[in-house]
Amino acid sequence: MTSPTETLTPGPSRTESGEPARRPRRRGQRGRTLVYILLLLAVAATLLPFAWMLLGSFKTQGELLRRPVTWWPQEGTLANYISWFTELHIEKFFANSLIVAVVTVLGNLLFCSMIGYALAKMDFPGKRFLFLLVMVTLMVPGVVTFVPLFVMVSKLGLVSTYPALFLPFLASPVGVFLMRQFMLGIPDSIIEAARIDGASEFRIFARVVMPLCGPPLATLGILTFLGSWNNFLWPLVAAQSEDMYTLPVALSLFSTGQNATNYGLLLAGSVLVITPIVALFVALQRFFIQSVAATGIK
Amino acid sequence: MSTTSSRTPLPSASRSPRGAAGPSLRRRRQAVVAWMFAVPFVAIFAVFMLVPLVSSFAMSFTDFTSRDVQNPAAVGFVGIKQYAALFANAQFVHSMLNTAYFVVVGMPLTMAVALALAVALNSGIKRFRTAFRVGFYTPVVTSIVAVAVVWRFILQPDGLLNTILGAAGIHGPDWLNSTTWAMPAMILMAVWRNMGTLMIIFLAGLQNVSVEMLEAAEVDGANAWQRFTRITLPTLRPTLLLGAVLLSVGYLQFFEEPFVMTKGGPLDSTLSISYFTYNQFGFGKYGLASAASYVLFVAIALLSLIQFRALRSKD
Repeated sequence: MTSPTETLTPGPSRTESGEPARRPRRRGQRGRTLVYILLLLAVAATLLPFAWMLLGSFKTQGELLRRPVTWWPQEGTLANYISWFTELHIEKFFANSLIVAVVTVLGNLLFCSMIGYALAKMDFPGKRFLFLLVMVTLMVPGVVTFVPLFVMVSKLGLVSTYPALFLPFLASPVGVFLMRQFMLGIPDSIIEAARIDGASEFRIFARVVMPLCGPPLATLGILTFLGSWNNFLWPLVAAQSEDMYTLPVALSLFSTGQNATNYGLLLAGSVLVITPIVALFVALQRFFIQSVAATGIK
Repeated sequence: MSTTSSRTPLPSASRSPRGAAGPSLRRRRQAVVAWMFAVPFVAIFAVFMLVPLVSSFAMSFTDFTSRDVQNPAAVGFVGIKQYAALFANAQFVHSMLNTAYFVVVGMPLTMAVALALAVALNSGIKRFRTAFRVGFYTPVVTSIVAVAVVWRFILQPDGLLNTILGAAGIHGPDWLNSTTWAMPAMILMAVWRNMGTLMIIFLAGLQNVSVEMLEAAEVDGANAWQRFTRITLPTLRPTLLLGAVLLSVGYLQFFEEPFVMTKGGPLDSTLSISYFTYNQFGFGKYGLASAASYVLFVAIALLSLIQFRALRSKD
């Protein structure tokens, strides 16, 4: 982590040091105001669908069908939310999404760091080939593997079970890349010192290496959780019975089924699906944005 | 730090002369331990990635259907005929054209919007920078399904978008029921949802643009547009290329948007290759679905190859 932060810091410090040297520009002030106005309009347009969704979720079906469209709910109602809990039992889908996401995150954190440690700090035959093989599959889309995966899962009798939902995502190539790259930057002397002190490799991994890996683990955890929470194609295929649906699957099947025109219900459903992840994002926005920069650039 | 480095040479020097078998035995033991670290990942990776990847390829040359799952002996080998049939299938060709449309129009549009946002955020403003960044990035973290449900409602003939357009004197179309406008509506939504990712990547890239060079050009009388096209854009080239590849790989797989908003219609005008694959899977034609997915995979692999080339030339 030290090298990326070191390369990043010159940017802001340079502009700060360049600030006093910058010639007084009258045009700059007006230009800046214009930039602010344009950015404000753009961010308002970006967030408008969310505002619309939130406001609409409190409207009655009659009001949603009324034209011209209303902005604020005229006769506000919680009925849409209530029926998600009392009739459609969204808490079940919420639990499914959460269980799958948490297991997927924990599995990735553990397995990717383990192999990452071996690839970064140990010598063994087949190491280069193994790394290359994992990297080659970095861009394999889910649509290529889901048909044979489904055949496999149904032969094993795992259709509509939790293992079917999380097993295929427990080991992600991105995670290996992330952990290995970071561990390469950990000085060999630290690990060597622990080896000389007689610590086993497992002890070194758990007590020396892992405590240093906070940043990549946070990145990997966030990326994996986000991917799992929003994942759609595989859960759609693998969860054939309603009690195993994840949130996106439940929402999509309700939205194209008999509730297709129950707009208030669908808007409330969207709010319920989106809110947890947006709350998480706003709370951890710095880490989210770092994780995009880290995986996008490298 | 200095104590550990001064300590290391001593034990290793005293240990090595203790016998010729020492180092190789130690190396072998380390290899065993290393593989123990690798095995959990490798096992899952092999079973859930490599095996499906290979069997998908094998299945694409057979007439495997849903009925053959319990009785694989009945599967017949059809070879390259599968792909011939696929490319003769008008619906598949249509889905390829739709996917190309989505990528070719959506990708540059998303990049242009993201670049404009990144440049605006990087133009020396200090206040609310984080708030703006969070605002533009929020659509990225949301589930496409949830967002598509909302957009389906916004895009109704007398919905929010057309109400806004109407205020500007424009009579908006029935977006999702028009073979002409369903795809542009989907592209609009894709731009909205994906611009945040690229904005972050471009913002990082903009930190490499030399402030000194920009100021020197300004002193020499270059206007803002000239500085942007002659200094900023050339510096940003590798970042732009990376963004283009990442985005195209994602856009090539688009599926959730039409699944929720149009069911691939009207008249297959929003049917993507992924959606075609999913439909064939639903009909039980696993062989054909695999072949279609491999066509998509080849397109993505080619794009990834370009990315690796581009990244290598950057170093």
